[in-house]
Amino acid sequence: MAELGQGVVVNLNPKPHHNKKSKLKKMLNDYQLYLFILPSVLYFLIFHYVPIYGVQLAFKDFVATKGIWGSPWVGLKHFKLFFSSYYFWEIIGNTVGISLYSLIAGFPIPIIFALMLNEVSNKHYKKLVQTVSYAPHFISTVVMVGMLYIFLHPVYGIANTLIKFLGFEAVDFINKPEYFKSLYVWSDIWQHTGWNSVIYFAVLSNIDPEQHESAIIDGASRLQRIWYINVPVLMPTAVILLILNAGSIMSVGFEKVYLMQTPLNIKASEVISTYVYKVGLQSARYSFSTAVGLFNSVINFMLLVLVNRVAKKLSSTSLW
Amino acid sequence: MKKSKDDIIFETVNTFFVTVFFIIVLYPLIFVISASISDPSLVSQGKVVLLPKGLNFDGYRRVLEYDDIWIGYRNTIFYTITGTLISLALTLTAAYPLARRDFVGKNVFVIYFTITMFFSGGLIPTYMVVKALGMRNTVFSQILLGAVSFMNIVIVRTFYQTSIPEELQQAAQIDGCSYARLFTSIILPLAKPVIAVMALFYGVGRWNSYFTALIYLSDRNLYPLQMILREILIINEINMEMLMTEGELEVIHKRVELATLLKYCVIIVSTLPVIMAYPFLQKYFVKGIMVGAIKG
Repeated sequence: MAELGQGVVVNLNPKPHHNKKSKLKKMLNDYQLYLFILPSVLYFLIFHYVPIYGVQLAFKDFVATKGIWGSPWVGLKHFKLFFSSYYFWEIIGNTVGISLYSLIAGFPIPIIFALMLNEVSNKHYKKLVQTVSYAPHFISTVVMVGMLYIFLHPVYGIANTLIKFLGFEAVDFINKPEYFKSLYVWSDIWQHTGWNSVIYFAVLSNIDPEQHESAIIDGASRLQRIWYINVPVLMPTAVILLILNAGSIMSVGFEKVYLMQTPLNIKASEVISTYVYKVGLQSARYSFSTAVGLFNSVINFMLLVLVNRVAKKLSSTSLW
Repeated sequence: MKKSKDDIIFETVNTFFVTVFFIIVLYPLIFVISASISDPSLVSQGKVVLLPKGLNFDGYRRVLEYDDIWIGYRNTIFYTITGTLISLALTLTAAYPLARRDFVGKNVFVIYFTITMFFSGGLIPTYMVVKALGMRNTVFSQILLGAVSFMNIVIVRTFYQTSIPEELQQAAQIDGCSYARLFTSIILPLAKPVIAVMALFYGVGRWNSYFTALIYLSDRNLYPLQMILREILIINEINMEMLMTEGELEVIHKRVELATLLKYCVIIVSTLPVIMAYPFLQKYFVKGIMVGAIKG
């Protein structure tokens, strides 16, 4: 046992039927440990569990004067309303489209970057590239989107200065729905590739150099060594991250999309999280908004379980 | 060992692509800095490409006079410091019992916390709780919401388990040390690296977030910096009277140029504290990610 206190108690009560008593005694003895954990327990109770209880709003028609508890049940009314609404497929399409695009483009790039940077032989240059590549990760979403607006401004933006210099017409990238997904995804890649590669880079630096030395003796080329030694080492980490990413295919974060939305690109940029915000807080349709949010989290959870199962079958790596 | 011809070709090509990536990351950052200290009319004509031209610090002088930014700055500093302290207090204490093998009821607590990672009430139910507690339009909504995540508790717990020797704790307890004493005089001093990581995770998160302010604040005097930045950079709502003298206000193209200059400057002014803190703390960041990653 880890600790003297318990050791003494156990020695005095060797028979199993005293176990419960000794456990209680131990708990009383350790009351300070429970005080340690109490604030966090309360935090989650108030800001997570009470709202989870409030999810019943999704099945009710909220009446402010009656409160959550007193409002009348309406069953699946709000879900049906959402499924049959004009925007349903557009919103689902945008949400899934943006996250699939992010996943397909954004997932392999940090791995490739880490593999390539790992091969750079000049240590100082390696360090410099790595340090600079983290920096954009610390830029806030507001500033990131602000930079997009400035750089892509149809008249003053540097991107359009270049386009005009090359003899083409200026493009209003921000307001064109067809560019929305690409702008969203590639600016994310610009911002987070360095940071997301940290973990792969760390895994690579743990490879035993002897492995490479013996491969060289066996006549393996540089590319062969990368492919047969470095890539397999990264696989377990990559699979775990892939599961986590794939599990959130139905959730596109609110902050960045909301900032990038303009009335002109809304057809391509309305996603579930921004829709929940608009119908919920701007139009005060509490019950409907809660139903949309609940639908989203149920799908997310199912996806996570599903992807985890598939990964377990295919590669023996899984979350649980 | 001598490098073969293939190796030389490989390294040249590889270094070339790494360098292309390096430039793509670095260029926008340098451009913003250069544009913020250049003559705004040269920037709008596209004459500033890499290095500043017509060097002047007029933009920063005007940012200094823009009151909203400094109110936002003050609020953000307050939210970041108090919010981070609360987060640290909750995370560091909750992780300790969970790190002890003899903690009775550990599994119950772990399940209780894990559930919060996968299920949440969502926007509206959370909003109603905050409203019922009277926290809308108060600083409490800004420093309490998102105060703890179980993911971070797990990272700290893993650090306690792997980096603080159990024997040391046992020895202290034989000497009659209470858990509170043990925690403050042995655990915390030894946990400095993970405390640094957590302070940074929570701190950067607070500094950069605008969501809770957007949802829960309507009083402008409580707005954090990111909300003011949103007005300036995204909605393009700039209080020109705060920036210009009466004569200047008449000239329209001058207003556009100045508004753009202001944008470059506020990007720098708002991002500087985070970027400056980061080289010092970089080694902790990487360590922190690794501790979390090992546990998965």
